[in-house]
Amino acid sequence: MSTQTYRPLYQRPRSLSPVRNSYCPGCHHGIIHRLLAELIDELQIQERAVIVAPVGCSVLAYNFFEIDAIQAAHGRAPAVATGIKRVHPEMVVITYQGDGDLAAIGTAEIVHAANRGERITTVFVNNANFGMTGGQMAPTTLIGQKTETTPEGRDPLRNGFPIRVAEMIASLTGPAYVARVAVYTPPLVAKARNSIKKALLAQIEGRGFGFVEILSTCPTNWGLTPLQATKWLEENMVPYYPLAEFVGGPQA
Amino acid sequence: MKGTEACAEAAIKAGCRYFFGYPITPQNEVASYMSKRMPEVSGVYLQGESELASINMVMGASAAGARAMTSSSSPGISLMQEGISYMVGCQLPGVIVNFVRGGPGLGGIGPAQSDYLQATKGGGHGDYNLVVLGPSSIQELVDLMKDAFEIADRYRNPVLILADGIIGQMMEAVQFKFEIDPTGLPDKTWALDGAKGRTKRLINSLDLVPERLEQHNWNLQAKFAQAAQTEVRWEEFLLDDAETVLVCFGTVARIAKKAIENARQKGIKVGMIRPISLWPFPQTPFQKVMAGAKRFLVVEMNAGQMLQDVRLAVCCQRPIRFSGKPGGTTFNPEMIEKLIWDLEEEGSR
Repeated sequence: MSTQTYRPLYQRPRSLSPVRNSYCPGCHHGIIHRLLAELIDELQIQERAVIVAPVGCSVLAYNFFEIDAIQAAHGRAPAVATGIKRVHPEMVVITYQGDGDLAAIGTAEIVHAANRGERITTVFVNNANFGMTGGQMAPTTLIGQKTETTPEGRDPLRNGFPIRVAEMIASLTGPAYVARVAVYTPPLVAKARNSIKKALLAQIEGRGFGFVEILSTCPTNWGLTPLQATKWLEENMVPYYPLAEFVGGPQA
Repeated sequence: MKGTEACAEAAIKAGCRYFFGYPITPQNEVASYMSKRMPEVSGVYLQGESELASINMVMGASAAGARAMTSSSSPGISLMQEGISYMVGCQLPGVIVNFVRGGPGLGGIGPAQSDYLQATKGGGHGDYNLVVLGPSSIQELVDLMKDAFEIADRYRNPVLILADGIIGQMMEAVQFKFEIDPTGLPDKTWALDGAKGRTKRLINSLDLVPERLEQHNWNLQAKFAQAAQTEVRWEEFLLDDAETVLVCFGTVARIAKKAIENARQKGIKVGMIRPISLWPFPQTPFQKVMAGAKRFLVVEMNAGQMLQDVRLAVCCQRPIRFSGKPGGTTFNPEMIEKLIWDLEEEGSR
């Protein structure tokens, strides 16, 4: 009999730490972590990558990647990343931020890092609420969406309107790649993977700032099952937050 | 050289190659000087979008292993307290210069010493101290910049230079007695430079296990205790037979020297303790002068902040008189000499 050789088709990426993560069942952080880790492996940047963890649900992200890591103050990850990148331009510096962190308290830091064309990559997870603190309204909370702090639903007269962050970042000249993706179906996961890869390559090739907004569920705080949450995301978030490549896509 | 520019050049000569800052009067020449000089030494000058961003850029550069700094003035330093607290928790070095102006709020742009308590009692959230150095001349500012970077690296803790608008804005001759090549500094075995041939490194101030956080905080306290022993600095000025002992720091101490010399010529036994490290606050000179001292006189450009530390050092053993200027105005030697004479007359009554 001939010797059969087996090629692993699916295994834990080397850059993903072999530990249990801290995310709720049905939350998309796990999928997004895996995609990022796969790409760190694929692009062979594990030995020169550093992740800047935010404050929020992914505050412990530094525990889940086998790369150098630092934990920043709420919203300040892009500034910390800027400091690292300016000292080590050869490193691949990634910020991983949620919508409370990036779209509320950290708006100035993300806009100006993007505007400087800082050679860093930002993975922005938008789940339309502050997850870690128990589901308060975020700048990204949809009109009418009930949260801990908008019990009657978000009223634009009182609370303003949901911010489309990817479009805001795309209005600047500094970014080399800006996209919004989602990960609630397998084809979308493949697209998201491709977008994160492009955002990393924009940095690796020195072209500019890379930004990927990823729509994510928050079943715990939305009060839905994981499947209901997926449906809610598709029916409510996607129409308001269109999935698209805004900068650096094929037609750009 | 102007104080602000001498400060910037001293930082470069101390091996700093990364400066992040945001414009605020009265220290804008630091940034403009850095923006010209840093490219000449292959360094980075970057104007942050705020003081918040600037201190966090310092934090990132420091985490990457570099000597990094920022400078600002009081309102800007208030914004930086968040980042400073994180740097302490993360055990990251860095140098912050505060050219203090009058407060609170927007205050004014005149010189002041009203950030003494913020600087020496922590400043941000959490249990911590910074080594705080208070220069009283431009030469001393230059020399302390070198010490500041060394102390910061030694303890992996930020160091704050507490200067004031006068130190920043006046000009005098200075000498640079050091030139440190940052590439020759010892490797930082904790810095983030890529997990190549080693396991990953983490720089972090978060610990959700209370017992571990407590241990971390005790470890920090042990560093502060060590610094309190070894980094204490002061100047003794004409103290040998002094019956009236002034306690002043920074610009006020310089003005007070003239007043003391004038009073001495008229036969008054007066001298001065000048704390140079404002944290750790020097206790030793107080013990040394206590036997001969009849009274203490604290003069500050604030409403009485270092006064609290002097009270602790004197511990009710002698009377303490205070005179302050909390609005951005300064003393002149005649004013301080009058304070000395008033005390002298009260004492002989």
